[in-house]
Amino acid sequence: MTIDQEVAPPPVPTPARDVPKRAGQGSWWAGMPGLAFLVIMVLGPMILILIYSFLSRAKFGVGVKWTFDTSPYLDLFFRESLLGGRSFDPTYLEIILNSFWYSLITTIVCIVLSIPVAIWMATRPERIRTLLVFAVTIPFWTSLLIRTYAFIIILNDNGPINGTLQWMHLISSPIGMLYTPYATVIGLVYAFLPFMILPIYASAERFDFRLAEAAYDLGANRWTVMRRIVMPSIRPGLIAGTLLVFVPALGSFLAPELLGGGKTSMIANVIASQFGASRNWPLGAALSVLLLVITMLVLVGFAAVARRTAKQSGRVDWESML
Amino acid sequence: MSAAGPALGITSVSKSFATPEGGEVHALDDVSLDIADGSFMVLLGPSGCGKTTLLRCIAGLESPDSGEIRLRGERIDDVPVWKRRVNTVFQSYALFPHMTVAQNIAFGLQMDKVAKADVDRRVGEALEMVRLVGLGSRKPSQLSGGQQQRVALARALAKDPEVLLLDEPLSALDLKLRRGMQTELKRLQRETSITFVLVTHDQGEAMAMGDQVAVFDSGRIVQLGAPEEVYLRPRTAFVADFIGEANLLKASRIGSGLEIIGMGLVADSALANPEAPESGDVTVAIRPENVVLVENDGGPGYVTDVTFVGGDIHVDVELGENRLTVRIPSHGARPPHLGARVTPEFLPESLRIMAAS
Amino acid sequence: MSRRVKGTGVALRDFPTFRPLSYLVFAFLYLPLLFVVGYSFNDNRIVTVWKGFTFHWYADVLGNHDIQRALMNSLRVAIVATIVSVVLATGLAIGLLTLWRHGRTFAWTLIGAPLIIPEIVFAIGTLALFVQVKVPLGVNAITLAHIAFCIPFALLPIRARLQGVDASVYEAAADLGANEWVIFRRITLPLLMPGVVAGALLAFIISLDDFIVSYFLAGPGGTTLPVYIFSMIRNSITPGINALSTMLLVVSILIVTISYLLTRKKR
Repeated sequence: MTIDQEVAPPPVPTPARDVPKRAGQGSWWAGMPGLAFLVIMVLGPMILILIYSFLSRAKFGVGVKWTFDTSPYLDLFFRESLLGGRSFDPTYLEIILNSFWYSLITTIVCIVLSIPVAIWMATRPERIRTLLVFAVTIPFWTSLLIRTYAFIIILNDNGPINGTLQWMHLISSPIGMLYTPYATVIGLVYAFLPFMILPIYASAERFDFRLAEAAYDLGANRWTVMRRIVMPSIRPGLIAGTLLVFVPALGSFLAPELLGGGKTSMIANVIASQFGASRNWPLGAALSVLLLVITMLVLVGFAAVARRTAKQSGRVDWESML
Repeated sequence: MSAAGPALGITSVSKSFATPEGGEVHALDDVSLDIADGSFMVLLGPSGCGKTTLLRCIAGLESPDSGEIRLRGERIDDVPVWKRRVNTVFQSYALFPHMTVAQNIAFGLQMDKVAKADVDRRVGEALEMVRLVGLGSRKPSQLSGGQQQRVALARALAKDPEVLLLDEPLSALDLKLRRGMQTELKRLQRETSITFVLVTHDQGEAMAMGDQVAVFDSGRIVQLGAPEEVYLRPRTAFVADFIGEANLLKASRIGSGLEIIGMGLVADSALANPEAPESGDVTVAIRPENVVLVENDGGPGYVTDVTFVGGDIHVDVELGENRLTVRIPSHGARPPHLGARVTPEFLPESLRIMAAS
Repeated sequence: MSRRVKGTGVALRDFPTFRPLSYLVFAFLYLPLLFVVGYSFNDNRIVTVWKGFTFHWYADVLGNHDIQRALMNSLRVAIVATIVSVVLATGLAIGLLTLWRHGRTFAWTLIGAPLIIPEIVFAIGTLALFVQVKVPLGVNAITLAHIAFCIPFALLPIRARLQGVDASVYEAAADLGANEWVIFRRITLPLLMPGVVAGALLAFIISLDDFIVSYFLAGPGGTTLPVYIFSMIRNSITPGINALSTMLLVVSILIVTISYLLTRKKR
C-alpha cells in the first residue's frame, strides 16, 4: 500500500446493480438448497427463541406453555414477592454486568498482549510471517473444551504453577487460583487471543513502512514512531479485534463453567441452566434474546465507529506526522 | 441464398449497458455489417467503442437488445453459445489450467462427440497448424505467453468453425512476437479459408492483417473498407486521426475553391468526401509525411518546433489558427530552423475534405 | 534528537521488547496444550504430580466402551456433516457468484449467522426447534445442527478457489460447445477440488471439536467425544481426560495442517 492509498478516502459503495451473467458460470439455483437449509436451521431457531421468550413456563420444565406471557422478561429484573407485588431483583442484572466486566477485561488484556505480537509478526520476513500466522491460527482449530480444561490442570492447587512457586520457595502453601474470576478471565483471554492478534496483524502488515522511515528521517525515535505513526494506522485492526473478542466473550459458556466455580456465572451459564436444571425455557429464551440484541447493538455500533475511523484515518496519519 | 453470400450478416444490432451511476451506455448503436465468406475482417477502434461487444454478440456471450445476426443466412441470435458454429480466441486465452495442451484442444471436439481416434488425429493437426508439435502433454502454466496464445488458437481452430472470432489476441505479446503472430494469423486464415473476425485497438495491426477494416466510434461503424481505402481516404476527422497521423486543419469552401485558414486559397481539385458540405466550414486532413516545407521569407507558416525522432524529424508549423506537423526524413534535406517562415506545399490529391469537426 | 539506528532499514523495523514479549505470548498460546499432552503420560492418579512415564492411560481410555461409543458417535456426526455441508457450500459458492445484490447480502448474513450468534443461543435455539417439531434428540439432531455451522467453514476455501478462476474459462468452454452441466463437471469441479478438500477438512474438525451444541442435542444416546470429556471433567479430574484430550488435539492439528498445506500448494 502506498502513501497515497493511506490518505485516500474509502470507496463509496456502488448502488445495487445486476451482476452481468457470463456464460457457464452456473446459476443462482445452485445456492438454493444451502439457503433453504440455513433458513430452516438458523432462522428457524432464532424465531422460535423470540416466540418462546413471550410464553409461559411449562408445567414440568421441559418446553413451554403456549400462553402469552411477559414474565420471562420481567423475571429478569423483578421478582414476585410473597405479598404478590414485584420488587426489583438485581440477581440477573448483576450477572449481565459481570459478564460485561469480564469481557471488557478480557478484551483489554488481549489488546495489550496482541499489539506487540502483531507488530513483531508483521515486521518479520515473509516466509516466517506465514508460519507465525499459521502458528497463531492453530489453537483456534482445537477444541475449546480442551483449551479451557487445560487451565484446570495448570491453575489447580497441585498444578505446575503452584508447584513451581512452592519449589522456588516463593510461597509456602498453594494459591487458590482455580474457581475464581481470575481463572475465568485467564481462560477467556486464552480462548480469544488469536482473534485479537490476527486482525491487528492484518492491519500492521498493510502498514506502509515508508511512513515510518519518513518519521525517522525527520528525527523521531523508535517510540515516537510507534506511538504516533504505527499505532494510529492499526486502529482498524484494533476495532475489528475488539469486535471479535468482546462480543463472543460476552456469550462464553465454557470458561466460567469450568474455571469459575459457582462464583462467576456469565450470561451463557444462566441460559444453559434454564434449559437444564432450572427448567425455565421462556426465561432462558428471554435472556438469549437479550444477549442477541446486545450482540447486534455492539456490532452495529462498532461498524459505525469503524466507518468513521476509516474516513478519518488518512487525515489523522498526516496530521500526527506533521 | 447463393454460396458466395456473406458468412455473417449483422443487421441493426444495438446493445446498451447500465452504468453504476444509474445511466445507460450505448455499446452498440444500430450497427449493420456484412462479412464476406473467407475474408479477414478487422473491427478497429479505441477502448469502449463497442467492437468487443459486437464480437461477443456474434459468439453468443452477450445478446443484442435488438437487431439480427445471421450465419450463412440463418439467424443465430436465439441459438445458445454452445451450439453456434462460431468459436472464440479470448484475450486472456482462457486455457483450462487443469488440462494439458492436448486435452484443451480435444475439449471442443469431445463436445462435438467426435470419435476418439479422430480426436487424437485432429488435435495433432491443430498442433501442427500452429507449430506447437510436441508440446501436447504440457500444462498451460508451463508455456510462454506466445505459446499459450497459439494453444488458444489451435483449440478454436480444431473445431473447424464457420467463423473464428479473435478478441485482441495479440495485446499481451511484446512487439516482436506481435509482428510475427500477425503474419502467422494472416497465413492461417488464408490456408484454412475460415472467415476471421478480429478485434483490435491497434491500427497498425488492423491494416497489416485485415482484408476489410471496420472503424468503430462510440458504438457505430464510421467507415468500412480495405486498409488502403481507410488510410488514404478517411471519411471523418475521427478516422483520419485514429488511423495513422493526420493534421486536421480548419478551412472553408468558397465556390469551387478551398481556403485553408492561415494559408489562403488553394487549388480546387482536392478530393472531397461525399459527406462534406458544398460550401462553408470544413475540415481538411493531410498526413504529415505528405507536406513539404519551402523556406520563404514571405511564407504564411512559422516554425515553432523541430524535434528529431530517430528516422524522422517532426517540424511544427504555426499557420494562423491552424497547427501543422510535418514529417521529414532525417537523412534528407536540412530541416528549417526555429522561427523560420515557410510555405507548406503538397499535392492536392493528398488533401481530404470532410465535414467540419 | 535521534538515536543512532544501526544497520539497514531492516533493523529499523525492530521495536525493542516486542520480541521477548512475543515469545512469551506464543509460549502462553502453546504451553497449556503441552501440559495436557505432557500429563497424559504421567504415571500418577493425581493428575498434576509427576511420577513417571506411562502409556497406560491411553490403553485405559481406548479400551473403555463408553468412550468407544462416544468416538463412534463423533465420527458418524462429523463425516455426515462434512459431506453434506461441503455439497451445500459448493452450491452456495457457485450460486453466490450470480445472485443479485440483495439476495447476496441476505445469503451472506444467513451463512455468517452461526458464527455471529453466540453458540449457547444457537444450541438452545436448535434444541427448542427440535423439541417443537418433535425431532428426537441424538446423533441425527446433532448432525443437522453441525451442518449449519460447518457450512461457513467449508464455504471459505471453496469460494476463495472459485474467485481465483478466470471467468473467461467458463465462456471458453461454452464457446467450445459445453452446456452448463458439462462445464460444472469438467471445468468447475476439477478446478474447485483443492478448495473442496480443504473445506471438508475444516468442516470435519469443527464438527469433531464441537461441544456446546452437541451437549444440548445429545439426548440419551447421542454422546459425542467432547460431551463425554465434559462429563469426565465434571465427575473428577482423572488422567484419562488428558489422554483423550491429547488424541483429539493431535487429530485436530494434523487435519488443519493438511488443509493448510492443500490451500497453499495450489496457489
